[in-house]
Amino acid sequence: MPSINAYRRQEPGPWSSCLVFLAAVVLSLAVSALMLKLQGKPALKGIELLFQGALGSRWSIEDCLIKAIPIFLCSLGVAIAFRLQIWNIGAEGQFALGAIGATWAALTFPEQPWFVLLPLMALLAFISGGLWGLIPALLKLRMRANEIIVTLMLNYIAILFLDYLVYGRWKDPSSFGFPMTPTFSASAIVPKIAGTELNWGLAVCLVCGLAMWIFFRFTRMGFELKVSGENIQATRYAGLPYEKLVCFVMIVSGGLAGLAGFLEASATINRLQPSIMVGYGYTAIVVAWLARLNPLTIGIASFLLAALRVGVENLQLELQVPAAFGGIMEGMILLTVLAGSFFNEFGFRIRRRS
Amino acid sequence: MNTALIIPLLAAAIQSGTPILFATLGEILTEKSGVLNLGVEGMMITGALAAFVTAQLTGQPALAFLIAGLVGAAVGGIHAVVCLWFLGNQVVSGLALTIFGLGLANYLGTPLIGQSAPGFSKLAVPFLHRLPVLGPVLFQQDVLVYVAILLVPLLWFFLEKSRWGLHLRAVGEHPEAAAAAGIGVLRYRWIGILGGGALVGFGGAYLSLAYTHLWTNGLSAGRGWIAVALVIFAFWRPGRALLGAYLFGGVMAFQLRLQAVGTHLPSSLLLMLPYGLTVAVLVFASWRNQQTAAPAALGINIEPND
Repeated sequence: MPSINAYRRQEPGPWSSCLVFLAAVVLSLAVSALMLKLQGKPALKGIELLFQGALGSRWSIEDCLIKAIPIFLCSLGVAIAFRLQIWNIGAEGQFALGAIGATWAALTFPEQPWFVLLPLMALLAFISGGLWGLIPALLKLRMRANEIIVTLMLNYIAILFLDYLVYGRWKDPSSFGFPMTPTFSASAIVPKIAGTELNWGLAVCLVCGLAMWIFFRFTRMGFELKVSGENIQATRYAGLPYEKLVCFVMIVSGGLAGLAGFLEASATINRLQPSIMVGYGYTAIVVAWLARLNPLTIGIASFLLAALRVGVENLQLELQVPAAFGGIMEGMILLTVLAGSFFNEFGFRIRRRS
Repeated sequence: MNTALIIPLLAAAIQSGTPILFATLGEILTEKSGVLNLGVEGMMITGALAAFVTAQLTGQPALAFLIAGLVGAAVGGIHAVVCLWFLGNQVVSGLALTIFGLGLANYLGTPLIGQSAPGFSKLAVPFLHRLPVLGPVLFQQDVLVYVAILLVPLLWFFLEKSRWGLHLRAVGEHPEAAAAAGIGVLRYRWIGILGGGALVGFGGAYLSLAYTHLWTNGLSAGRGWIAVALVIFAFWRPGRALLGAYLFGGVMAFQLRLQAVGTHLPSSLLLMLPYGLTVAVLVFASWRNQQTAAPAALGINIEPND
């Protein structure tokens, strides 16, 4: 009887990760088509609408880019934590805290000119998101509390805190009872790039992405982080400041998600309201892993998953498909890519058993 | 507070603790085999939906409960395929499973929002229900509450006293040694994942068949994650899981009562209670335990040897 044996490869096969990703997308599309059929919707038409809605017009591509901004920033943050094998699942809550911090500045100093107010909002968003990220880091280091669960619970708490503010304290008196803050003053709104629907948040993404790349490529700390992530035991032997690295990483991680919250509140919806929380923080985890924690590929993957969201919105509009459809696809893509990376890391040989 | 307030509160505590108990027991079984499955939330909500739909279609809650177990195991099976066969990262696979499960249940459940299904109702245990305090708290509950309580000694017996349980724990502690002793390591991990998934699915069924008979999206509301935290709090022991689950049930029931009574505290702050408590309990347990109770090979995949 011949049998197939797997062995660990020295190097990943060329092109295999691209192939794996393609296969994952195809498989997820097949499952999604099945899901559409299950609810009596035309499957092929649905897939077509998905692509058309996402990439069919200049307007829709701009929409993809707009949605890619928060996903990219959150994902960059998640990736830097994952590099150190710190499982920060809390981008969603750090995003909420960032939006809250920025909103506080916008509501408190509405009269300030934009060149004072916008940097202040960004700074407060970074700090509040970063501090929210620091909590699980400290609990992990001091009390050995599992950061996955702490960050997740902090997500629920942050979202409820946001609700508390917009349903109570910060509610616009002229909103007819809707839970939302007043619209920000003009100087608290990140402007659009002339001639497009895009906003200057895109530039923030470029700067952050570049900074991250430089950090890992050229700085001592970036190098330490890379080494530590690959082998925590070695970190201890080499005397690298593991605790400091964990705190640093979680502050930056939370801060980046906070920045995303600031941009979303300021540039996209111009106020704070519960509907700001649409799960970008969770999508960011999918993106970070698909992109193998690399800043450049995170950019590409952010765009693709943003496109998925835009496409699903079109499906919602045309076929009344529930928005949760996107979650099924995100989960499927990640699961298949995870399974598929086996083929990058392992080769096979056929053996004859006597 | 007087007994007229406390007794219904305790009864409600047990009711809201039961789904968490099912899920915690399930995750204990899975983690004892050395597999970390963070997909509890996703398995729970798909189990809840499966139970709800089955009950609506057949009108048979008992069948619906079993189907939820099967569906929970099936969704867990995805984790098994990804991690056991394809050696995917267990943390990420579990997260993906949660994203997938929540998406699936919300997608298929959206047309059902606000509909109701036949479920389990409370029944009084003969004689015992007349006991003061204990009667109304413990012996006027639905049958699933007793199933969950019964599972505690059963799981304990399986893990600690049976040969299969011994093998399963060996696989979770030292897979290489277990394999050398001729134990089929992957088989036991499959058992851990599928069995655990079924128990988590039961927990989901409790939510849609007994806790409420109405479908709303996001019914699990983080209970799956609370269960993952409770496993650590329970030091991987079924008995302590019972304690933890009822403690959380108590907090959830208390919080609902407070909202119903109408305090000055806004509901969003009250809703934070269980999540805040989860963090507190986790921090306390980790600090006391120094994480030595965790199975040694938890989260580590078994590579094929060549």
